[in-house]
Amino acid sequence: MEKKEFHIIAETGIHARPATMLVQTASKFSSDINIDFNGKSVNLKSIMGVMSLGVGQGSDVTISADGDDAADAVAAIAETMTKEGLAE
Amino acid sequence: MVKTIKGIAASDGIATAEAYLLVQPDLSFDKKSISDADAEISRLQDAISTSDDELTKIRDTAKESLGEEEAQVFDAHKMILADPEFTGAVEQQIKDQSVNAEQALSDVSNNFISIFEGMTDNAYMQERAADVRDVTKRVMAHLLGVALPNPALIDHEVIIVAHDLTPSDTAQLNKKYVKGFVTDIGGRTAHSAIMARSLELPAVVGTDTITKDASEGQTIIIDGLNGAAILDPSDEDIKHYQKLAKDFADQKAEWEKLKNEATVTADGKHFDIAANIGTPDDLQGVVDNGAEGIGLYRTEFLYMQSEELPSEDDQFEAYKKVVEGMNGKPVVVRTMDIGGDKHLPYLPLPEEMNPFLGYRAIRISLDRQEIFRTQLRALLRASAFGKLRIMFPMIGTVQEFRDAKKIFEEEKAKLVEKGVKVSDEIQLGMMMEVPAAAILADQFAKEVDFFSIGTNDLIQYTMAADRGNEHVSYLYQPYNPSILRLVKHVIESAHKEGKWAGMCGEAAGDNIMVPLLLGMGLDEYSMSATSVLRVRSLMKKLSTADLKELAERAVTESVTNEDNKKLVESYINK
Repeated sequence: MEKKEFHIIAETGIHARPATMLVQTASKFSSDINIDFNGKSVNLKSIMGVMSLGVGQGSDVTISADGDDAADAVAAIAETMTKEGLAE
Repeated sequence: MVKTIKGIAASDGIATAEAYLLVQPDLSFDKKSISDADAEISRLQDAISTSDDELTKIRDTAKESLGEEEAQVFDAHKMILADPEFTGAVEQQIKDQSVNAEQALSDVSNNFISIFEGMTDNAYMQERAADVRDVTKRVMAHLLGVALPNPALIDHEVIIVAHDLTPSDTAQLNKKYVKGFVTDIGGRTAHSAIMARSLELPAVVGTDTITKDASEGQTIIIDGLNGAAILDPSDEDIKHYQKLAKDFADQKAEWEKLKNEATVTADGKHFDIAANIGTPDDLQGVVDNGAEGIGLYRTEFLYMQSEELPSEDDQFEAYKKVVEGMNGKPVVVRTMDIGGDKHLPYLPLPEEMNPFLGYRAIRISLDRQEIFRTQLRALLRASAFGKLRIMFPMIGTVQEFRDAKKIFEEEKAKLVEKGVKVSDEIQLGMMMEVPAAAILADQFAKEVDFFSIGTNDLIQYTMAADRGNEHVSYLYQPYNPSILRLVKHVIESAHKEGKWAGMCGEAAGDNIMVPLLLGMGLDEYSMSATSVLRVRSLMKKLSTADLKELAERAVTESVTNEDNKKLVESYINK
């Protein structure tokens, strides 16, 4: 199991295009990937799940991946986070 | 049985084809207990896969006709369909509750919709509730075995029959198959009507009952010249309308010859006919119709088609494309006119009792200056590439104009200091649409470079009648002497200070209004690109010397809107 914490800096939180990008990135991997926020955990391959979390600016989220490509998945998600300006 | 239904002529032309009903089907269902969950889940999966195929088709069509950005919404719909949290939850519901797929789909979908709608501090998420609703509707229709019509799925020649068409419905109409449309509601100034004219698609609106009268596949003629729809026409009707259609085509060919000519009246006076545009994509129509400039570039579409505030560079590219594309002909750009009936999902505005009288246009720009300054910088940079003019919407007081101008000068000075190339000949003007400003036009004229009269708003504010409310639509009276006196005062005030006055509302291309405006000496007429040649042809036949007297009578002798209509008609028929 791979885990990584992110501090969300994007003014509008995780929504719209960045959310779509995260879901698309996660969907490329076979591992089970979740995003935890505020005591809730949802599948990061689900746009509805991610959007319904309502992650705002200044929140801390944890991404966890479980499976053969878990390490690569977390690395790719971290890259998307930076590229989309979601987290530093 | 032949049946003729009267409506409002919204876009010129005549078309005959099969009716295609773009109406919402009945999606009601009964909750049922089921015993074979697997069979129910397989029914659900079939509906999802058919929906997905349809969405692919719709997305491809939308991409072709509207562009990548607009098509993305359908990608979002496809993502919802493919979403394990969504479809998985529906399947789980079928198993756990032993209910039919319709009930399970509806429960899960409502749950997500209420989560999204509950995020009241986030307009974007609230809008996603609409996506979930749309997707649910499509899957539900397939579960119930009813067709969910969509313009993108049309593959043969049709006439669209609908209660109303949204601008995005209209934009999706494929001209190859869609020969025209007819609706229950709407007027000549509705957005769908304006778009129909720019697509050169015959349209009749405001028939009240067409969706009840017409049935799928029935032959229908629409007469966009006179405002009528004929169901099940006889051979004679068809012949009659074929002749009308031919006459109209001949007339258009005649107008076409004026494409490269200047606009000159019978007594040799020159006027400018310009075109209104919403996006750089409209440039082609402007050039094809031989307009002598752009009299209104509505920049709000740039903001409305975006998911966030458009950057200075994105705006610069759009403005540059238009200014450069006009090859030295003038381009009047109107700064952001948001508010009223135009909203941005990413810029939440307060709920208002009277949005048309509220926080909109220049009132927002002067308050949220960072947005305004970004737009002005983009415009200033684009000014180096052609003949740019800028006007501010909804100016009501001289102070508002001074404030806007000051901000413009500040941004200009900053750019010049940085060495950015900026034109020194940018004219600064204002929309004349607030009655208070029109009444005080003589004072405004000393400070502006030009006026552009926005008739739709000027009429709605002067008459105190909401332009979108059909119960008061009789008060849309462009020829009412009260309106004409304001218009005349605005034109004369401009001329007294050596400035020019234009008009960029629908009225500028109106056959009754044009003679009156010529008589008052209006300098520039800006209209839908497709009206340019018709009006040029009309002006060629008119003589300003006679019209001066006609215009004078229109504001001194006439009492009603009808009086002036008759006055002009009798003059033209003579």
